[in-house]
Amino acid sequence: MSEEKPAPASGSILVVGGGISGLTTALEAAEVGYEVFLVEKNPYLGGRVAQLNQYFPKLCPPTCGLEINFRRIKDNPKIHVLTMAEVERIEGKAGDYTVAVRVNPRYVNEKCTCCGACAEVCRTEIPSEFDFGMKTVKAAHLPFAMAFPARYVIDPRILGTEDAERVKAACRYDAVDLEMKPKSLQLNVGAVVWATGWLPYDAKKIDNLGFGRHKNVVTNMMLERMASLNGPTAGAIVRPSDGKPPASVAFVQCAGSRDENHLAYCSYICCMASLKQATYVREKCPAAEIYVFYIDLRAPGYRYERFYDRIKQDPRVHFIKGKVAQLSEDPQTGDLTVVAENAVTGEKIEQKVGLVVLATGMQPTASVHRPPAAVQTTPEGFIRHAPEAGFFAAGCAAKPADVVSSNQNATGMALKAIQTVVRR
Amino acid sequence: MNKKYGVYICQGCGIAEALDIEKLSAVASEEGYAVKTSPVLCGREGIDMLRAEVASGVNTLVIAACSPRVLHDTFRFEGCIVERVNLREHVVWSHPRTVWPAPTPEQKDDESFIDHVQMMAADYLKMALAKVEKIQPPEPYKLETLNRRILVIGGGLTGITAALEAARAGYEVVVVEKEDALGGHARRWRKQLPLEYPYEKPIAPVLQAKLRELEAEPRITVRTSTVVARIAGQPGDFTVTFKKPGEQIEFDVPYPLPPEMRVDENGKELEADQLLERYKEYNQGKVDILTFDPNGEKFGAVVLAAGWRPYRPAEGEFAHLGFGTLADVVTNERFEELAAQGKIKRPSDGREAKSVVFIQSPGAGGDRDFPYAASVTSLVALKQATYVREDYADGKAYILYQHMRTPGLTENFYKAVQQDPGVFLTKANVTRVAGNGKGLVVEAEDTLLGQPIQIPADLVVLATGMVPATKDDPVINLAYRQGPGFRDNAIFDDYADSNYICFPYETQRTGIYAAGGVRRSMTVEEAMEDATGAALKAIQCLESVHRGVSVHPRSGDMSYPDFFFQRCTQCKRCTQECPFGALDDDERGTPKPNPTRCRRCGTCMGACPERIINFANYSIDSVSSMVKAIKVPSTDDFDEPPLRILGLVCENDAYPALDIAALNRLSWSADVRFIPVRCLGSVNVIWIKDALSQGMDGVFLLGCKHGDDYQCHFVKGSELAEIRVKKIGEALASLALEVERVAQFQVAIDEYDKIPQMIQEFVGTIEGLGPNPFKGF
Repeated sequence: MSEEKPAPASGSILVVGGGISGLTTALEAAEVGYEVFLVEKNPYLGGRVAQLNQYFPKLCPPTCGLEINFRRIKDNPKIHVLTMAEVERIEGKAGDYTVAVRVNPRYVNEKCTCCGACAEVCRTEIPSEFDFGMKTVKAAHLPFAMAFPARYVIDPRILGTEDAERVKAACRYDAVDLEMKPKSLQLNVGAVVWATGWLPYDAKKIDNLGFGRHKNVVTNMMLERMASLNGPTAGAIVRPSDGKPPASVAFVQCAGSRDENHLAYCSYICCMASLKQATYVREKCPAAEIYVFYIDLRAPGYRYERFYDRIKQDPRVHFIKGKVAQLSEDPQTGDLTVVAENAVTGEKIEQKVGLVVLATGMQPTASVHRPPAAVQTTPEGFIRHAPEAGFFAAGCAAKPADVVSSNQNATGMALKAIQTVVRR
Repeated sequence: MNKKYGVYICQGCGIAEALDIEKLSAVASEEGYAVKTSPVLCGREGIDMLRAEVASGVNTLVIAACSPRVLHDTFRFEGCIVERVNLREHVVWSHPRTVWPAPTPEQKDDESFIDHVQMMAADYLKMALAKVEKIQPPEPYKLETLNRRILVIGGGLTGITAALEAARAGYEVVVVEKEDALGGHARRWRKQLPLEYPYEKPIAPVLQAKLRELEAEPRITVRTSTVVARIAGQPGDFTVTFKKPGEQIEFDVPYPLPPEMRVDENGKELEADQLLERYKEYNQGKVDILTFDPNGEKFGAVVLAAGWRPYRPAEGEFAHLGFGTLADVVTNERFEELAAQGKIKRPSDGREAKSVVFIQSPGAGGDRDFPYAASVTSLVALKQATYVREDYADGKAYILYQHMRTPGLTENFYKAVQQDPGVFLTKANVTRVAGNGKGLVVEAEDTLLGQPIQIPADLVVLATGMVPATKDDPVINLAYRQGPGFRDNAIFDDYADSNYICFPYETQRTGIYAAGGVRRSMTVEEAMEDATGAALKAIQCLESVHRGVSVHPRSGDMSYPDFFFQRCTQCKRCTQECPFGALDDDERGTPKPNPTRCRRCGTCMGACPERIINFANYSIDSVSSMVKAIKVPSTDDFDEPPLRILGLVCENDAYPALDIAALNRLSWSADVRFIPVRCLGSVNVIWIKDALSQGMDGVFLLGCKHGDDYQCHFVKGSELAEIRVKKIGEALASLALEVERVAQFQVAIDEYDKIPQMIQEFVGTIEGLGPNPFKGF
């Protein structure tokens, strides 16, 4: 009603995971007026979407939305961001949890000006996990150009080496601290939102598709990095075997998903991701023929159906209903033969292509790294809500979802967390 | 604020190596400012120095160091104006001395030497000084009385959920429902889709349980047989008039004149007084939007959960499927009603329907689903197939689909239904549904069975989609001058959707948050989640209004537009152009601001030809003064003076992209000076005129992409700017200045690699045109 009352601000909220869902929950709750701790294990925020070149179906850059979210964080003293941090223990009950957080050493402190002198002198190159090992980065590096926080990080593998000393000496701002130790923090919160996200399913486990054995078989997340200007190929789509643009590309849908031997569920995004990636190939390798092998093309709803309609118009994009049985490689050329059965005509297809993209799905992070709390999960590892415990799951920690659904869900979870702390 | 200035120049990160700091300091000290330098301004000594300065009374700090995008908290001082001069990214890193050499010791005193980089740094410093002279710290706009009550429009499961979720966070809620009972479509369901893991079976409808929860919640009031006649006012202070459905009352919302009524028989726009007359005629019997209903009820924010209606095929639209001619060809919604009434019977003769064919896609060559379909229509077909099986032990359900769309964990539901040997599923292109006297026959080709099939059926169900209520009616009936509904819904098939993947609740109407089927075809689970999100946004809006700050995307911004009405010429541009409909003009055309509807983009400021709209910390004068602070070298200074080009850049995407270009050590012309703007929509053409009239050689705008997939954070800003730029081109031509001197470029945030080239091409164009003939006048 119209009487004045102060904005409720009792109790704090812990958000575990700083990808798009965690960011959203944290910001939406903080902008209501609640104190939020956002704990992220990586040295940067943004999670999976930070690795994406574009969003479907708008084909817009994810960094655009991330940048605004980072600005919202900068403008809001209610959010406390902890990067390189992991939740170690949660004890207590809804409304009154004690959280032990371990902050791993970054070896670069808050004095970092982002000048880049450390990376310039650093000689050690390490595989870039951000780029799925497709390129190396300096052991002292900025995670990516638009990273938040804008601060360098030093890989512990160079500790004790001359290189580490060189890096330290290069910093004129006393920002390199090679003696940095893990720190333990204790937080008191009333509710916890798990936004621990997903891992790309390990394509090596899908034996018949030869990932890891055949050079020119890549995953959809790898293709995102290739298509990105700040990726391993500076935006070029090329064959790993010879660095040349492929003359043809096959997208293998449900690589691991909808498969009882791997991920029994549908990973939600891969059909739309492949349609989107077909546009990357069309833009960057205009002469390439594209073959999409699918079970069902899951492009539901007006936006996605419209996008799919557009791709269908393209005479170079061919859709084949059929699950891929086998991939084989011509060791001479690195070309691949995709073997599938057309589910409608029954004919056996052997399509030779220059590059294969596996539409690998999402595995919940919690299935690999169990949350250190009494969290209930589905057998697949998706986290279930436990309102009485003040535990909620947002985005792909709860179920496979696209970005827009994750953000809707994450916004709602901010309210669920608020309800938990407002009651106390 | 009584300002006490301080200028602080950082020498770190390559700044001192590239610039003559003494000379740069002199730029400010010669104008009477106290200047201090620091080897590392963000280091402990630097910060201690800044703190001491603030303690000594300095409250307006010009910090010449790195980009405002970095070290935001390091250089934040409570109660102070802090202006950052981006020497590092925009001057030093992007303009290496290898390309733009520094003067040698001999050249230092040579007045004919052009030190491009030093001049650029000096300009940026002067621009910052000019700006801080002109701005004030914003004071928050506070409503006299804030109403925290939330109105939920629509009493289906979405609306019920939104109400419950908001109430559980402590807010009063009123739910209005146009029908005589709550529940919406869920009232007519036999079962519903599952809401949680394992997602395998249809469940008993949760509606009754939800209604009980609603009843037990003291903060919720329900009004059935009620619709919104109008919502007037602004977030935190809406005045809402309710009415019975179908009633006509004086507080029914007036509509703006449709385009065809705004012109005379020759297609010419009518005069203002004629328009007003027509408007009154058109809305006869209705009170104007600026008159508030004295009996209206007060609300702070609104959740629009008006839901959907089943798709109604046009006559003959699915003739090949027998829809409209064969009584036993029904939509999925009709089938649900039949199933809810008991055992499934044929509508034609009431006989048991034991063989039911569910058609997912209209076929006829394409693989599109029915209009307004989504994964929910696939899931509903699966659910309805289970009804056939539970009603008849020998019942058979056939699902003919092009793509079974059961994404994510809902795949479990699909798999569970597949286990039933009485449910047959195949991909198929349905070619025809015909009657054969006894029943129906469905013909299809391209199936997984390898050959065309014919299925005898008692009943055929079409998986038609969910048409948003907003397609037929605005529902929210906003008493806004721009009209009663969301704008531009046509690009979303009339769903009340947001165009932002990242920010799914942001629409063009602040304080109104849509949820559920009105936004997209959704399952119950999705709609309930969506309702929770919309409830959060409504609460967040209220609390932001309470604090006097903006909501997304300038969350927390305390500034708001201030109007100097004495000079208003009633041109209505601000009212028409505001992307958020924040302004309502009166009969004379004078705008009435509604600050809590405002998102602080400044589009009104950009639109105003009289330049009477300003923000405390962002104004026509502050930017004009920055433009005028740019030194435009002429032949009095140099034999061949360098060009001067102004770049007005959107601070959301273009400005960060420039930073990233600099971080990657990309370079651009040293003749360009950038001024960040809140949105290109806020660009007032006077700034362009100022630049050209003081001899600058060109002006470009750099902003977000527009069009259907717009990326502009304020929806229309970059589009409006382009229209203004085109118009200014005509004005330039009349001044004998080439239209090419003013341009606008669209850039996405990740296209930082393209920016140098864009700038270079523009500079090339200007070089081709030669210097501005007004230079030096």
